[in-house]
Amino acid sequence: MTPLIEYRGIARRFTTRRGTVTACEHVDLTVHEGEFLAIVGPSGCGKSTLLNMAAGLLQPSAGAVFYRGEKVAEPNTRVGYMTQRDTLLPWRSVEDNVAIALELRGESRAERLRKAHDWLHRVGLKGFESAYPGQLSGGMRRRVSMARTLAYEPETILMDEPFGALDAQLRLVMHDELLKLWAATKTTMVFVTHDLMEAVTLADRVAVFSPRPGRIRAIETVDLPRPRDVFRIRFDPRFGELHDRLWGYLEENVREGVRVG
Amino acid sequence: MDTLTAEMDQPRVGHDAIASARDEWLKVMAWRIGITVVGLGVWEGISGRWVKPFWISSPSAIWAQLFGWYESGDLWMHIEITMTETVLGFVFGAVSGVAFGLALGLNKRLAAVLDPFVIAFYSLPKIALAPLFILWFGVGLLSKVVMATFVVFFLVFYNTYAGTLAVEQELVDVLRLMGATRWQIVRKVILPSVLLWIFTGMKISVPYALIGAVVGEMMASNKGLGYLIQASAGQYDTAGVFAALFVLMIIATGLHELLKQSEKLMLRWKEEST
Ligand SMILES: Nc1ncnc2c1ncn2[C@@H]1O[C@H](COP(=O)(O)OP(=O)(O)O)[C@@H](O)[C@H]1O
Ligand SMILES: [Mg+2]
Repeated sequence: MTPLIEYRGIARRFTTRRGTVTACEHVDLTVHEGEFLAIVGPSGCGKSTLLNMAAGLLQPSAGAVFYRGEKVAEPNTRVGYMTQRDTLLPWRSVEDNVAIALELRGESRAERLRKAHDWLHRVGLKGFESAYPGQLSGGMRRRVSMARTLAYEPETILMDEPFGALDAQLRLVMHDELLKLWAATKTTMVFVTHDLMEAVTLADRVAVFSPRPGRIRAIETVDLPRPRDVFRIRFDPRFGELHDRLWGYLEENVREGVRVG
Repeated sequence: MDTLTAEMDQPRVGHDAIASARDEWLKVMAWRIGITVVGLGVWEGISGRWVKPFWISSPSAIWAQLFGWYESGDLWMHIEITMTETVLGFVFGAVSGVAFGLALGLNKRLAAVLDPFVIAFYSLPKIALAPLFILWFGVGLLSKVVMATFVVFFLVFYNTYAGTLAVEQELVDVLRLMGATRWQIVRKVILPSVLLWIFTGMKISVPYALIGAVVGEMMASNKGLGYLIQASAGQYDTAGVFAALFVLMIIATGLHELLKQSEKLMLRWKEEST
């Protein structure tokens, strides 16, 4: 397995008027080419911060992030990043948002719209091609963002809590779509979530983080066979075991949090 | 979006509601006309009886003055001059304001260097420059156009510049990761974000363009509505002052209406997109 993204001895501090916050520290983590890695941890433990560093939008306070062995020093155009916050362009229609990366590359309008429509169809937004983001619900906008990230087929995809705003059923449908696509493309995925079930359903490996300052508490390999049936895998006994073990690490956090707080 | 609008509940407006809304409108209009008629009547009545026409003139005298200017062709000539100055000043000011605002917004070093100069000029009451412009550009059209341009320039420049600072960094970052060139980011993120700010700057600067032109005319000129006011006052011709003010009021109201309509168009665009 080739290491694709390497976090080495990472710490990141933020200094604000109210003092210095250490978002995460002592993070050593390797993402291998073609794998699906999930990062799970409580809110505020630096998950988004870690993705920002891999994308080259943020520099670590200590340590370094490497992409294919090279230090990430500027925006990393090898990765597609679906950020936690909505970053659709409000003045562009849904289809033009999805097609934007293809437009930047100079693909013809017909070609990029064909791809955009195909992706919108896959994320269940057929019929909304010419709507504007402001006319859609939060969950629909998330799916547009996802289509936009997937449509240009970046080598690596970073996803920050992409399905948080979706209802349970739709979430499963999206899991199914995501796994199919990932199996077809072998894109490397780094997927941040605070939902353990989601992490175990999707990932090859799950990294569990402690509360802030975020440190890696455990990394577990999810040895469930693929292709996975996202609708039924929850009932697999092996799924239950893994989930319970990972929950153990998170629970320690929760209990510690209660004790300290 | 058909599917979406179909889902939205349209409030059902019955005939009664429409009829009562029309009644309300008629009442409002009746009151407005009433106030105008009574106001003009009282003015006409007290003028020459209780107050000397020298102070307040009278509606009939003002009307006669307006008609006189109309017949001689002076009215259109003066209106045309003032409007030309206003429009030219607005166009030059807006174009240069947008260009300069973008240049500074996209070039942090330039912005940092020029910051104190910009603040200094921005804080200066622009009207105080009128005598200088007249000195430089003469008593004709040019000095007023420069005056209006200068006033508009700063308002539009400032709004454009503020707009570039308000562009969401996250939108820029997402495009950078997609491999966008700097120019692509400018075209596809920065310009569309700043557009709304530019429109706002233009909107607030329209009345100022008129002010700039009229003030310039009042200081030194032989044409335009500002000149009419100044010249009439100089001859103690109160009716002339009022008549020119009246025309100015009509023009300003017209511009205001024009802005209101263009703003409605803008809002429609904004509603669709935010
Ligand atoms: N730009 C920033 N400025 C100041 N503090 C920040 C910034 N970004 C993140 N933080 C802080 O760092 C911590 C971790 O943030 P984040 O990475 O967003 O956590 P998570 O995504 O796990 O919820 C939080 O306490 C947050 O307030
Ligand atoms: Mg986050």
